[in-house]
Amino acid sequence: MIRVEALRKSFGDHEVLKGIDLDVAEREVVCVIGPSGSGKSTLLRCLNRLEEPTSGRVTVNGTVVTDPGCDLDAVRTSMGMVFQSFNLFPHKTALGNITLALTTVLRMDRAAAAARARSLLERVGLSGREDAHPAQLSGGQQQRVAIARALAMEPAVMLFDEVTSALDPELVGEVLAVMRDLAGAGTTMMVVTHEMGFAREVADRVVFMDEGIVVEQGPPSAVLGHPRQERTRAFLAQVL
Amino acid sequence: MNRLLGEFFDVDVIVDLFPGLLTEAIKNTLVFTFLGFAGGMALGLALALMRISHSRWTRWPAAVFVDVLRGLPALLVIVFIGFGIPIAFPWIKYPFPKYTPGCTALALVAGAYIAETLRAGIEAVPRGQMEAARSLGMKYRAAMRRVVLPQAFRLVVPPLTNELALLFKDTSLLAVLGTEVGGKEILKYVRDAVNRTGNTSPLVAGGLAYLLITLPLLRGVAYLEARTRAAR
Repeated sequence: MIRVEALRKSFGDHEVLKGIDLDVAEREVVCVIGPSGSGKSTLLRCLNRLEEPTSGRVTVNGTVVTDPGCDLDAVRTSMGMVFQSFNLFPHKTALGNITLALTTVLRMDRAAAAARARSLLERVGLSGREDAHPAQLSGGQQQRVAIARALAMEPAVMLFDEVTSALDPELVGEVLAVMRDLAGAGTTMMVVTHEMGFAREVADRVVFMDEGIVVEQGPPSAVLGHPRQERTRAFLAQVL
Repeated sequence: MNRLLGEFFDVDVIVDLFPGLLTEAIKNTLVFTFLGFAGGMALGLALALMRISHSRWTRWPAAVFVDVLRGLPALLVIVFIGFGIPIAFPWIKYPFPKYTPGCTALALVAGAYIAETLRAGIEAVPRGQMEAARSLGMKYRAAMRRVVLPQAFRLVVPPLTNELALLFKDTSLLAVLGTEVGGKEILKYVRDAVNRTGNTSPLVAGGLAYLLITLPLLRGVAYLEARTRAAR
């Protein structure tokens, strides 16, 4: 579903990704963990070219995303992204946030868009809040709307960029529950996270990154339980 | 004291200013202001979008235009459009000559200032907004129109209202242009009355006419700014 080959990304002189090779299979849930500055978010953002890779190749669902001739907007529609800072549209209601791209990108008619939006709000547990503006919602509720907004486009892959890092601890659970539910339904997911519990329970594979490279990867029981690399052990000792 | 009142508040002279002060002077001033502002908004939006473009061939001409128009006195621009162009190109005849040169000049000047205001507003909208829109597959234009610009406009209502008040006052500069019959704005109208009557009262009346509009506008700006501060 996703294939990353020799991906490099530099910001000016600073090389953040130093040659990443990674695959994500269909219906697989991959959690990417690592210290800050390891390049995890940059990796995710290179997949849909929110950051432009310096070199390397990214293929998503058969389309070479890094190819200058590819239809980037269409590819992005097939990749749902959820951000650490939610990035909900403040001037739209919860329903409006979801229907905007449905009507402008997928060209759905208003009624069909609203119906889909409502069913997704129900799925993330926010049925009664469709007319609320983001400012009236808690962080956890906003993030769930953001997840619904990305899901509405019926993407092939969902990308989660530290989506619980900006939440108060008591609100993290409700978002992880939605993500767990998605994983259970067979969604292909790539999740950059600090939530080791979630990674252990839900991930099919855990990838540990440090200083721009993949240090080790494998099933959660292996990477989190018996890490082979010293750097992985050192990181986990700090966070677990 | 009576002499002062007679010089500045001569009732007969002031009454004589009507109805022309309303039906001609204030009306024309409002027309110049709103057409100039509308033109300035359209021009300003186009320039602001050009200024943030990725291509330097779009950015630079817009930047030069904005810098020049902000660097020149508005009066020079008005004289240029009103006299300079017709002198240089005698075959050019402005359509609707009562309003076109004045509104064009005002729109050019306002457009440059509005461009900078709008650009600041667009850049103040958090980058994550555009990223979220693009990551859903929205094209740049759609993302601008439906996500970024609505937020940018909301941010810049106070400075835009300020610009409206300034434009209203700048219509007085149009007094230097020749006017068609019935085309005088407030300043020219009252200045001609001063010359005609040898009395200063028309200027006082004209001043009050300006204040009638600008004071509420400026109060409105202060209120909007306070509300924006409170909301943040």
